[in-house]
Order: sequence, then structure tokens, then C-alpha cells
Amino acid sequence: MAKVVAVTGNEAVANALRQANPDVCAAYPITPQTDIMQRFSGFVADGLVNTELILVESEHSAMSACVGASAGGGRVITATSSQGLALMWEILFIAAGDRLPIVMPLVNRALSAPLNIHGDHSDGMGARDSGWIQLWSENAQEAYDNTLQAFRIAEHMDIRLPVMVCLDGFIISHSIERIEYLEDDAVKNFIGEFKQLNPLLDVEHPVSYGPLILPDLYMEYKRAQHEVMTKVSKVVLDVAADFEKISGRRYGLFEPYRLDDADIALVILNSAAGTAKDAVDQFRDRGIRAGLVKPRLFRPFPYQEIADALKSAKAICVMDRADSFGGFGPMYMEIASAMMMNGKKPILINKIYGLGGRDFLPEHAELVLSELADVAKSGKARTFKEYIGVRE
Amino acid sequence: MSETLEIRWHGRGGQGTVTAAKVLADACLSGGRYVQAFPEYGPERSGAPLRAYNRVSSRELRMHCPVLHPNVVAIADATLLEGVNVTEGAKEDAIFLVNTSKDPSDLRAKLKLTPRQKVYAVDATKIAIECFGRALPNAPMLGAISKVTGIVSLESLLEDVRKSFGKKFSQKIIDGNLEATKRGYGEVTEG
Repeated sequence: MAKVVAVTGNEAVANALRQANPDVCAAYPITPQTDIMQRFSGFVADGLVNTELILVESEHSAMSACVGASAGGGRVITATSSQGLALMWEILFIAAGDRLPIVMPLVNRALSAPLNIHGDHSDGMGARDSGWIQLWSENAQEAYDNTLQAFRIAEHMDIRLPVMVCLDGFIISHSIERIEYLEDDAVKNFIGEFKQLNPLLDVEHPVSYGPLILPDLYMEYKRAQHEVMTKVSKVVLDVAADFEKISGRRYGLFEPYRLDDADIALVILNSAAGTAKDAVDQFRDRGIRAGLVKPRLFRPFPYQEIADALKSAKAICVMDRADSFGGFGPMYMEIASAMMMNGKKPILINKIYGLGGRDFLPEHAELVLSELADVAKSGKARTFKEYIGVRE
Repeated sequence: MSETLEIRWHGRGGQGTVTAAKVLADACLSGGRYVQAFPEYGPERSGAPLRAYNRVSSRELRMHCPVLHPNVVAIADATLLEGVNVTEGAKEDAIFLVNTSKDPSDLRAKLKLTPRQKVYAVDATKIAIECFGRALPNAPMLGAISKVTGIVSLESLLEDVRKSFGKKFSQKIIDGNLEATKRGYGEVTEG
């Protein structure tokens, strides 16, 4: 039996981590993630989990301890935000390169400077090339569900890669919403026992992690990392199918919304996608064929599947809550690549919104959809990259 | 009730306004409803004006942005009427609930309400001081919200006040808050 509760996104994620009962957690506090680890350390103190909690002096050390514990042969978690993820940067690549199935909720927050504690996607997008699998979450329910599924994906014997679960700082992490918790037993059966693979602590079968590999084999190692990523989509879908059986909630690689005959479409991540869906409904009510794609699996990115889903669109706006200064927003670049795969050439525009927690309002989604309707009609884009919801 | 009820709270840091929004969300979960409760995060300073929001709906709440057009505006501190535009964006038939010792009919003129908008007053600070000795108006405000919106029954609300305050406070404080909630429900008057 599911339990209906009104909780914050952070509380929901902390509960998912409790239910997964990791062996080791090494963490350092940072707003807006702090609340997750404060709650989790409470579970440790209360004996509700069998976790060894390692309190470290920085996120660089947190991820380093996670790497050691995971290579040692345990189920390992941490969580961070913003500058914390930035400080982990070096070790993120080591966790992925060593194929360590660490699970890390990332409560998305803007990067300094200027200092800002509010939600945007600059932190997660900056880790795009680190080799981690990334799942993104619209609301507290998805953050909870994605965290549970992350353990199955990370620990799958064909995958063994770290997974980052992204949720919007404050907008989701600190807002209370109705969500459904699964029973502890159902989660335990779903995630299963942690299976070791080449554990360092198995002294009867000594192994090495992170050796020096020179030009004679380095590239083969990297190709293996590329190849394992090509298997991730199938595992994500298999895990989602199992998850649907216990939860009744369906997940894919992305969420298509009213796309089948869409002339115009938005591509938008996380909490703003919910606000945008309401605007899409309004345009549909007015007879304008609008639709939306909300990516869930960002790494590996499902290029072909998203290209197929957007096949009817004449004009698409990719909404980025992060910028690549001097380039397009990071999601725009992915969608532009995807659009090449079917040889279709819709007009593709990019809007940067919501940086540093700037509100994304229904009127913003409506303005963009109106512009897209004009672009689809005229066949011409007014501008390709633009900041919206910004003071002039 | 319309399909989605949106509430905007105006309070000051340290008055328990954010807690009130949280308790209300929890109390409205019944009947399979969807709820949201969230404050506007700024520099949190005791005494500084703040806003918090609730949404309650029979449909899934997908919107993740501040409430711009509230059905209900709850003002936990009447001194905010001087410096904050509490009527901003309110619906044509919005309900205003003010924590004040003043006559609610004076408020109607002060707030320049339109004919279909309603205003209610409750002396929540006085009730709170009498019930548990502290000027924290959230429990009587919640009782009054229950009465003027009908969004949640007094019984469900009392159950949630007991649950929420039970985690942190002594029985005496819990009982005081329960009494304050009931009095807020009973003493709210229309202007």
C-alpha cells in the first residue's frame, strides 16, 4: 500500500535514500541540499539504516570517500548542489571512469559568481561530460521515484556507472507537495541486495583501481566507457517497467506531452515543464497544435527517440535554465544534434530562462508558444538565442 | 470551491506563517486532493515581510511558480497593510482574511475591495496570547481559514495541528494551539 504524504522534495529524496539503506554515505552540507543529508544523518543516528556516515571537510573529500567506499564494495551515496558539485569535479570523472555505481541526488542551484543559492541547471549541465548517468525530475514525486530507480540502474551488472538525480533547488527541494511513498518492503524487493563487482576489500582476489594507462590502451578504455553508455537506455526502460509494476507510475527516457500532431513544441526540463504543460493545454484549447518534450535521461541522451517524437514540429523552442556563454544553452545543442538524425530541419530557437531562481511564470511559456506559432507560420526566426523574463 | 484554490499568505519572519501554510497543506490532503505549500525565499530575517503560498486542487498540480491570482489572501500581521500591496493580482471574488483587532468593515474601505471580494477579521494575536502566551497568530489564522473557505473541516485541521506541533512542543503548547485554532474558527467575523 502506498502512503500519501505532503512533504518537500528534499524530504522525499531523503526517504528514498533511507529505503535504499546504503552501506556508506560521505557528504558535506550545501544549500539547498543540506536538508537531505540532515535528515539522512538523523536516520543514521536513529538506527533506521545500517549506513556508515562519513562527515568530511569538503565535497572533494566527500566524492573521494565515495570512490574509495564504492571500490571497496559497498552501496554508496552522497548528495550535493552547485559549488559542491563544482568542487567534486575532478573526482566525478574518477567515479565514472572506475565504473563505480554511486548514487547522488543533485539539488540544482546556480553557480557563483555572483553568489546565488537558488535553482538553475548550471551545476548539473557542467557535469555533462563527466561520464555520470543523469536523471532529471519535474517534482518531488519524480525526484523520489528517480532516486529509487537510480540504484537499480547504477548497480545493474551490465552498467556499473554512477547516477546523478537532479531536482530543482528550492522550487522542488523546499516546497511541500502531495506525493506517494512506496512501502519499505516493496522498495527493498525492487532495489534488491547490493551485488559486489571486483571489490577492493576482497583480499583473496586482489584488484587495482585507477592505474596509469598510457597511449597504448587509454583509448580502448574510453571506448569501453562510451559503449557501456549505449546500453543504458534499455536498462533505464527495463527498470522503469519494473517500477511501474510496484508504483503504477510510468517513466520513459523522456516525457512526450501532446506531441503527436504538434506544429510547435517546447523542450524543457524539470519543474518549469509542469508550468509549461498548463500553457500547452491553453494553446491546444485555442486550436493551436502545441506540444512539449521533457527530457528525463540527459546522459546518455536519447537523440533518436527525441528526434522521432519531435518529427511533426515545424518550430521548436529549447528552453535552457543554464547558459554556455558564447554558445547556445546546453539543451539546445543536444536537440540541434538530435534534429540532424532524421534529416528534418524544423526552425530551432533557444530561450534562456530562470537563472538563479528567477521565476518561470505561465506568461513566459505563453509568450514563447506565441512566438513559435508565428515562426511556424512565417518560416522565419526572429532571433535564435535570447534571454527571457529578464529586466531591460 | 473552484477546481484549484490558491492562497497567498502575508506575514513577517518568525510569526509562523510558513508553518501555517505547511499545516494547511497537510490538512487538505484528505479526499485524494493535491496540495502545495511553499514560501518565497529571500534573506530570512525575523520581522521582515514574507509571502507564502498554498494550492489545493482535485487535479494534479503541475504549476511550479508563485501564486499570482489568489482566491484567498491571508494577512497574518495587519502592519503589513501599510507597506505591502496585499490586493495585488487577487481574484475578482477573492477572500481577504486579516489578523486585526479592528472592525472588518473598516478594512473593506482601506483595502479598496471590489463588491464581490469579501473581507474577514480575526484577532489572532490576542487569541494566541490568551491561549498559549505568545504572539504567534498562525493557529487562529488557520482556524479562521477553515471557517471562511470551507477547504478543510475544523476536525481535520485540529488533527494536523496536533500532529505538526506534537513533534516539537509540550502538551501545554499543543493544547493551547488547539484551543487557539478553535477560537479562530469561532471568532472570525465578516466585514
